[in-house]
Amino acid sequence: MTTLRKFSLASLSLALILGNTAGAQGTVKVGILHSLTGTMAISEITVANAAQLAVDEINAKGGVLGRKIVVVKEDGASDWPTFTTKAEKLLTQDRVAAVFGGWTSASRKAMLPVFEKNKGLLFYPVQFEGNECSPNIIYTGAQPNQQALPALEWALSQGYQNIFLLGSDYVYPRTANLILKKHITDRGAKVAGEEYVALGGTEFSSVINKIKAARPQVIINTLNGDSNVSFFKQYQAAGYSAATLPVISFSIAEQEAQAIGPALLTGQYATWNYFQSLPNAANKRFVAAYQKKYGKNAAITDPMAHAYMDVYLWKAAVEKAKSFDPAAVRKAIVGISMDSPLGKITVAPNGSLTQTVYTGQSGAGGQFKVIGQSKGVVAPQPYDKLAFPGKTCP
Amino acid sequence: MDPVFLFGQLFTGLSVASILLLAALGLALSFGLMRVINMAHGEFLMVGGYLTYLASQWLGPDFLWLAFPLAFLGSALLGALLEVTVIRRLYGRPLDTLLATFGVSLILQQAARQLFGSTGVPVTAPGWLAGAFVVHGGALDGLTFPHVRLFVIGLSLLVLGGMWWLLNRSRFGMHVRAVNQNREVASALGVNTRRLDLLVFALGSGVAGVAGVGLALLAPVNPTVGAAYIVNAFLVVVVGGVGSVLGGAVAAVGLGFVTALTEGFTSVSLAQAILLVLVVAFLQWKPRGLFPTRSRALEET
Amino acid sequence: MSRGGAAALALVAVGLVLAPFFLGAYPLALLGRVLALSIASIGVCVIWGRTGILSLGQGLFFGLGGYALAMHLKLAATPRGELPDFMVYNGVEALPWFWKPFASAPFALGMVLVLPALAAGLVGWLMFRRRITGVYVSIITQALVLAFVTWLGGSQGLTSGTNGITDFQTFLGINLRGEAFPRGLYWATLLVLGLALAGTAWVLRTPFGSLLTAVRDNENRTRFLGYNPAAFKIAAFVLGGVLAGVSGALYTLHLGTISPAMIGVAFGIELVVWVALGGRASLWGAVGGLVLGQLAKDRISSAAPDAWLYLMGALFVLVVLVMPQGVAGLLTRRRAAPVRSSAGIKEVGNVASGD
Repeated sequence: MTTLRKFSLASLSLALILGNTAGAQGTVKVGILHSLTGTMAISEITVANAAQLAVDEINAKGGVLGRKIVVVKEDGASDWPTFTTKAEKLLTQDRVAAVFGGWTSASRKAMLPVFEKNKGLLFYPVQFEGNECSPNIIYTGAQPNQQALPALEWALSQGYQNIFLLGSDYVYPRTANLILKKHITDRGAKVAGEEYVALGGTEFSSVINKIKAARPQVIINTLNGDSNVSFFKQYQAAGYSAATLPVISFSIAEQEAQAIGPALLTGQYATWNYFQSLPNAANKRFVAAYQKKYGKNAAITDPMAHAYMDVYLWKAAVEKAKSFDPAAVRKAIVGISMDSPLGKITVAPNGSLTQTVYTGQSGAGGQFKVIGQSKGVVAPQPYDKLAFPGKTCP
Repeated sequence: MDPVFLFGQLFTGLSVASILLLAALGLALSFGLMRVINMAHGEFLMVGGYLTYLASQWLGPDFLWLAFPLAFLGSALLGALLEVTVIRRLYGRPLDTLLATFGVSLILQQAARQLFGSTGVPVTAPGWLAGAFVVHGGALDGLTFPHVRLFVIGLSLLVLGGMWWLLNRSRFGMHVRAVNQNREVASALGVNTRRLDLLVFALGSGVAGVAGVGLALLAPVNPTVGAAYIVNAFLVVVVGGVGSVLGGAVAAVGLGFVTALTEGFTSVSLAQAILLVLVVAFLQWKPRGLFPTRSRALEET
Repeated sequence: MSRGGAAALALVAVGLVLAPFFLGAYPLALLGRVLALSIASIGVCVIWGRTGILSLGQGLFFGLGGYALAMHLKLAATPRGELPDFMVYNGVEALPWFWKPFASAPFALGMVLVLPALAAGLVGWLMFRRRITGVYVSIITQALVLAFVTWLGGSQGLTSGTNGITDFQTFLGINLRGEAFPRGLYWATLLVLGLALAGTAWVLRTPFGSLLTAVRDNENRTRFLGYNPAAFKIAAFVLGGVLAGVSGALYTLHLGTISPAMIGVAFGIELVVWVALGGRASLWGAVGGLVLGQLAKDRISSAAPDAWLYLMGALFVLVVLVMPQGVAGLLTRRRAAPVRSSAGIKEVGNVASGD
């Protein structure tokens, strides 16, 4: 304890000293705001690492517009109001040029007013429910039509007509399933049932019993975080496997697969814009660089790849605008296109990405094998036409 | 109503009850007998889970025979350490033990995060626990009893029986009951109360560790897993009647069935809210739980 | 209060009033937010420090106050004839009945006081009438706040679920994103805090206040003297609940959002610990402990997030072990008669039931 406290005091004073010199000339500050502690730390620490890696790479090559990037790292602590206050600190006290951060929709919603009020720029790397297009946020994760709907298409193409929707009880699963239900009935297929479990819930006995009674052919799973571990353990204990009742998941990537235990997941499906196993050259470089820095067995996920790329997107936009001003960068970023670890991407006028969608099947070691992909890139649609007719981004 | 679904939910109730009971039995000792509100109890479950993970890393698929003693001893030692450093100074101040042990739970969670990473660690049940008994034919065709759930139910019965025997049939249990009824007199009659406090607290922690092994087979093993069980475990103890192991068991079964039935007919997240409100309503009726401990000390003031 | 203490207090008060003139935007926002939160800690001081009830469920009342205001702010930010955005996304087609009256600002402001008061009155009546005491109260209040948070999270069409209610524009015609708003809100908060402190200090000095202490120190003796302890406990609980509700409403204005994450079990326990650190039986201790604790949290958790959790955990333990009456207790130890180590706690054995 005492050495620990000494260490923390030392690092505290060090951080204070560093904090004072960070405004030196020839540098530009950016914020990285993720949950480094608390329940979301599981997912967000590695996303923060990926953004940091991109910053380090850019600094090693001379920075942006001749300026070195200085990162101000803040902890959202898995607590949405903390995201609000830390975002406020980054924008009003540190005066960062851009912030990379957020995972849950709740944290994004909590930050949005702060970014709009202070005219900042947030890069948000995670798939989400759409229905939002703030001029101060660049949404690089999948919109519903870039993950949920392609997953449904894939399920229908496999002949699955009776679909069970299972999710954590919060806005993303509820909205994604609202959209999915419209499309499932529109396509003449059937919703076998719909269940939600509180975030972090660990007991799935009743849910599995309901699934059993509903006899679906496939489950579309929007459970978040650790609930997946309990679900798959109890699903397997009830005698199910990928062969008898396949599950398509939207929040299970390579890292979550490791935590669940790859044996439990074998043969199950996931839909993302990125898998670690993608063979393109940019991805091979990214995976090698990340594993060199953070451990050779580190798993790489879709949100990490998005976060890594976000920093490069920001750099490209700054160079195009020849300015760090968030408004100028926001204007310049539209139309920027690059070969990223995700393949070729382009920023659409609504601030989201035009990107490819892949379906993967889980194999040994928690890796996914790509077994299907969209025909070319998919343009982002923040508002689903069937579920929310007449709504568009300005 | 589909009979398979109904019986499935009844089995769910039993299974949920067994998990609640495992999580609550250790508390019945520390809270029920010693009036220590151990908010770090959930973290002892967590320690049991991580030790199970370590056992599975060392031994491969057949790790359970090592996991149980390892989890029991590991958690008990940690409990003893906590008793000596913190709890001992706080006897008679239950509200203060609540605050102090909440601090301890923060420390243990963060330690787990730094030792094992914030990502959970995988524990896969051994092969012989992977299957399920399935009813074939008849009205209940398709009803399933997963082995691992039966195993956890058996485990909770075993721990319950063991604890009942220890408290009601052994010399140690006699001392515990004596101290619980009147500390001064027991002490005057030669019971080493200080050593007994230490043993009871360590035993409660060790039981939590054993519960952690059972939970690891069904739920994730990560730094926050303990927090998921702690409130419900306290409710079991309160509803059952503080100090009554049997009451805890009845309460766990009751809460398990209420959970399963509300989950079966409403939604899973609504069920938790309904359960909590029902418990508060129940305490209106029986403020001291199902089996209140009656002793002179309790009625004194 | 000694002469030195009064002088120090006056100095702090003047400093706080003038703070907007020398603090930057972020420190000012932080200070204002923490001051808003400290109103809830006054409530904790009343019910725990003075009456001996350890409620871990203050988040319930804090949340009711916050949500009452947030519902109005959300309706004010929604164009006429439309539904709040989150309702649209959840397939809700008409404004739920209990939302409708919140379109009126006076009604919402009234509810900031009335809802927590009613809830605290009901919960208090249910518990204290049945002589539920001590740790049972802690566990029940904790369970209630968990039930509330679970319900909020599960009723997305009605409450916006875990996202919480966010994206406010105006309040009483004032632009919440305007340049002048932060300073105005800061002074308003300071004013409310001052009123709450003065009002509570006055209440505690009346015979009613003395009776609360009597209930804390020996509930049965108070009963034998002909008073009904339940009535006093319920009254104290309502006062604590209303203070938490006001705090929640102000905090919602400061943060521009309210969500279940802000009011959960951890919130209740943390609130209690900062009060314990400052001194649970002293109003100044409760407010000071919360303010300094939260400021330290903001600084240290930024610099060393991992170390912070160890530090906070260790602090919880140390406060209880080393200074059960908090910093205020240490400062006044010389003058005051020895205070019991912990409010409302008796010997082992009769603690859990207490009656």
